[in-house]
Amino acid sequence: MCSVMCLAIPALILAIDGDSAEVDVGGIRRHIGTMLTPQVKVGDYVLLHTGYSIGILKREEAEETLAMFRELAEVSDAL
Amino acid sequence: MTLSDVARDAPRIRSVANHIAAISRKPVQFMEFCGSHTHALLRYGIRDMLPATITMRSGPGCPVCVTSASDIDLAIAIAGMSDVIVATYGDLVRVPGTNGSLERARARGADVKVIYSALDALQIAAQHPERQVILIGIGFETTAPTVAAAIIAASRHRLSNFRVLPLLKLTPPVMAALLQLGEVHIDGILCPGHVSVITGMEPYRAIPGRFNVGCVVSGFEPLDMLQAIDMLVEQAEAGTPAVANAYERAVSEQGNEVARNVMNQVFAPCDAEWRGLGLVSASGLRLRPEYQDFDATAIYQPHVARSSEPFGCRCGDVLRGSALPQDCPLFARVCTPDNPVGPCMVSHEGACAAHFSYGIPT
Repeated sequence: MCSVMCLAIPALILAIDGDSAEVDVGGIRRHIGTMLTPQVKVGDYVLLHTGYSIGILKREEAEETLAMFRELAEVSDAL
Repeated sequence: MTLSDVARDAPRIRSVANHIAAISRKPVQFMEFCGSHTHALLRYGIRDMLPATITMRSGPGCPVCVTSASDIDLAIAIAGMSDVIVATYGDLVRVPGTNGSLERARARGADVKVIYSALDALQIAAQHPERQVILIGIGFETTAPTVAAAIIAASRHRLSNFRVLPLLKLTPPVMAALLQLGEVHIDGILCPGHVSVITGMEPYRAIPGRFNVGCVVSGFEPLDMLQAIDMLVEQAEAGTPAVANAYERAVSEQGNEVARNVMNQVFAPCDAEWRGLGLVSASGLRLRPEYQDFDATAIYQPHVARSSEPFGCRCGDVLRGSALPQDCPLFARVCTPDNPVGPCMVSHEGACAAHFSYGIPT
């Protein structure tokens, strides 16, 4: 999923430790670097790209995007 | 989540598509700069939802595709050296150089590892202190700060066996170079969403006035792209090209200043070679003198024979938007995702791979 070089995916920050964090990416837990978004907080949605958070998403809209991802997956499955 | 929930959004998508069809009068040509947009436009059938007045052209926004044949050859030559582990993102391993690819080099015994994160490369370096780990640094502003962050981390942890082959590129200079060239008429640009997360809106400000071209930053969902196209159509109809942001949940006016500072701490702009566009002034990134120790080219300068583009391949024209993939004589005949001749058929962001995978518009 991260081999596409300009694609960034939403991830939920679960815990922060210095300039790294544990995140939930669509149900999978991963360890990421947060050096590029030092203001990040637990509960934020970030855009994850090649192992680093590169931006913080506005929360409501991030949840909407994740829901849309799921729906699109279901549409694809149903077709 | 049920299909009835999905239907909730389908009417929104249809209503934006209907709005576009209702307001679009004059024939216009828009360029989706980013390869991920090319894929999403085809994958979700958005091109088919657009009226005949709107033509979409692909742009140079595929990092693997715009990497020159000589830079691919350099990466392959470095992978062939004895004490080296090359760490790279997936797409690149299959891109053909003048003679073979990183994948072929691996088959011959080179140690080429596919990674998903720059942090993976650091970990490999920590696990193999006796080897040199070379991260192939390919990407645009989205990726450059992550490579810079990895270099800063390596510096802090004194990982002296970690280096980067700096092939990173900047998008505003090439966007300007492409418009300056004027080879393809463009009324508006669907601007790259995740590059803009870093750059903010500022780099686009000069474009409408200078080139009479609208710039709308777009996300990657069907609704995101349709809304951005709708805004470009409104601008074109009114004759008022402007800069607008249709991806506000991720892109702010000022972008990610921390990430830009990290990038600028490690890298400085330099001229760079683009496949299809040649040398573009100040469009690449080199390591600053204080981080020179992390520059793979400072210690590895393998002999690379003269590089050449694959015979008959029109990736260069496709990357400038002057040819469609199906204009290439090799497309879908000789060149397929299983047996790619040029990089645009390899990369998940390449226009040829998108057109091959998701159908060929009439």
